Amino acid sequence: MSILLSEVTKVYQLGGERVNALAGITLSISPGEFTAIMGPSGSGKSTLMNILGCLDRPTTGSYMLDGQEVATLNDDQLAITRNKKIGFVFQSFNLLPRMSTLQNVALPMVYAGVEKKERLARAEQVLAMVGLESRMNHQPNELSGGQRQRVAIARALVNDPTIIMADEPTGNLDTKSGDEVMNIFSELNSQGRTIILVTHEPDIAEYAGRVVYVRDGLIERDEWKVR
Amino acid sequence: MFSESISIALAGLKANKLRAMLTMLGIIIGVGAVIAMVSIGMGVKDKVATSIAGLGSNLLVVTPGASNAGGSRQAAGSSITLNEKDALAITQEIAGINLVAPAVTRSYQVVFGNQNWTTSIQGTTPDIQGIRDYNIEEGSFFTNQDVETRARVAVLGKTVAENLFNGGTPIGQTIRINNAPFRVVGVLEAKGESAGGNQDDTVIIPLKTAQERLMGITYIQNINVQATGTDVIYQVQDDITTLLRARHKLTATTPDDFTVRNMVAIMAAADETTSMITSLLAVVAGLSLLVGGIGIMNIMLVSVTERTREIGIRKALGARYQNILLQFLIEAIVISVTGGVLGIALGIGASYGISSIAGWKTVISSLAIVAAFAFSVFIGLFFGIYPARKAALLDPIEALRYE
Repeated sequence: MSILLSEVTKVYQLGGERVNALAGITLSISPGEFTAIMGPSGSGKSTLMNILGCLDRPTTGSYMLDGQEVATLNDDQLAITRNKKIGFVFQSFNLLPRMSTLQNVALPMVYAGVEKKERLARAEQVLAMVGLESRMNHQPNELSGGQRQRVAIARALVNDPTIIMADEPTGNLDTKSGDEVMNIFSELNSQGRTIILVTHEPDIAEYAGRVVYVRDGLIERDEWKVR
Repeated sequence: MFSESISIALAGLKANKLRAMLTMLGIIIGVGAVIAMVSIGMGVKDKVATSIAGLGSNLLVVTPGASNAGGSRQAAGSSITLNEKDALAITQEIAGINLVAPAVTRSYQVVFGNQNWTTSIQGTTPDIQGIRDYNIEEGSFFTNQDVETRARVAVLGKTVAENLFNGGTPIGQTIRINNAPFRVVGVLEAKGESAGGNQDDTVIIPLKTAQERLMGITYIQNINVQATGTDVIYQVQDDITTLLRARHKLTATTPDDFTVRNMVAIMAAADETTSMITSLLAVVAGLSLLVGGIGIMNIMLVSVTERTREIGIRKALGARYQNILLQFLIEAIVISVTGGVLGIALGIGASYGISSIAGWKTVISSLAIVAAFAFSVFIGLFFGIYPARKAALLDPIEALRYE
């Protein structure tokens, strides 16, 4: 079991008012699954995503990632976990400006303590996997949206993480580039990678083999598709 | 990891070159000002020290006290209580003394040909040479025998020689002091200004000649004493006081009828004053360094806010607290260290500039350079740590959401 959430709650203090963003989520995701998390805004899917991505800790409950309890880790331990086990792909790409594509892709390895030479070699390799080896010396603002998202995917892959977390990865892309990006995710999934996709577009959720519907901080439905 | 943080920090600075440079300017000016101000202060100190040292090293000057005629006190030094026997007693009875030269001084008109010049005529013994560091440029100094025979010979200060002879050679010529003829035997090397005024505007003649043939007095006006070293000078001062009190038969309640001035003590006082001036200048300049540091903090806070999203991204990708902290701290330190190095160059340049344009003496102090540089590094650390901590403590979720 690569991901196991049990009875996870998240309570925010919002101006003196307690907000139950997650009201008790139990969810298990096996290695190699392609899961989409769907729900309307305010449903708690972003909070769920933050917890799954080790950006945040649950208020109560347990989160086992690769057999390790991460709900009780401190900030630095969470950072190390994100670095080694999770690759993020964001809606707005979140590439660092003024850095070349290659440097952007190599960045997670800086924090993993990989030697510079090895870093650049591996970053080049991963960029080739998403078909952008010819753009490795370009800066992000010289690339199209689809290309930027492919760079972001390369960056997410570079430390060989257990999970790829994608938060509305096609939200800022036209349909064609969006399809390209989704095809990369499908490809990665077929290589055995676990992918968690947060989206509100049913078309995009179609790519996933499993769709988890979240509403009011709870799992409303959990559907497997037979392929 | 550390070298990575440096290259990340450098890249961050490169992205905002003008801003980094302007921030640096605060430190450059601060460090430069500290170095330049301390150089000026040290220059003043040095100048005062040499001018006091020009009077003679380890020098004690005994002068008579004020005369007291019927309750009306005259100017200090006007008393006639000192005589040559006092000087002789000091030479013979007090340990730790190198040279003793009793002297009388009065102002007279000196005439040569159609030139005249009013200057101070000193009557003294050849020992004055060693005490006051007089060097002969031409001719020779008069001898002890000249003193005993009351010879009419004179040694001219440089200023007097120039004014009377206009470049001609004075040696062997006869000048008239208060109408009495004197043969010039020597000219002193120029000594320049000292704490007592122009030291070259003087004529030196044998003591007894001055007393008996010129002034008609039997007392002396001061005794110059050179101690063997600074370590004994205070002891010598006390011994002279005790000896002269005994010789003048003063009772325990009577005040001294003479004064012993200690040039080492005067020098120490002057040194203290100039050191204070130097510190004051350094502190004022140091304040500008502090302002420069506040500038660094200000710009680093702006930078952290501007780059909130970048910090969020880095954190999402696995940057730890110390990674972010180092990145921003190193940026601040790079600004302050680079500013410090350029400031040193500016400070040294300014010191040379001031000394060549304004003609002030400046002494570049390596201690000031090291201190100013160390202080600038410290300022980078001190003012960089708060913004860097602020960045490192950012919540990644909040930071990623920041627009």
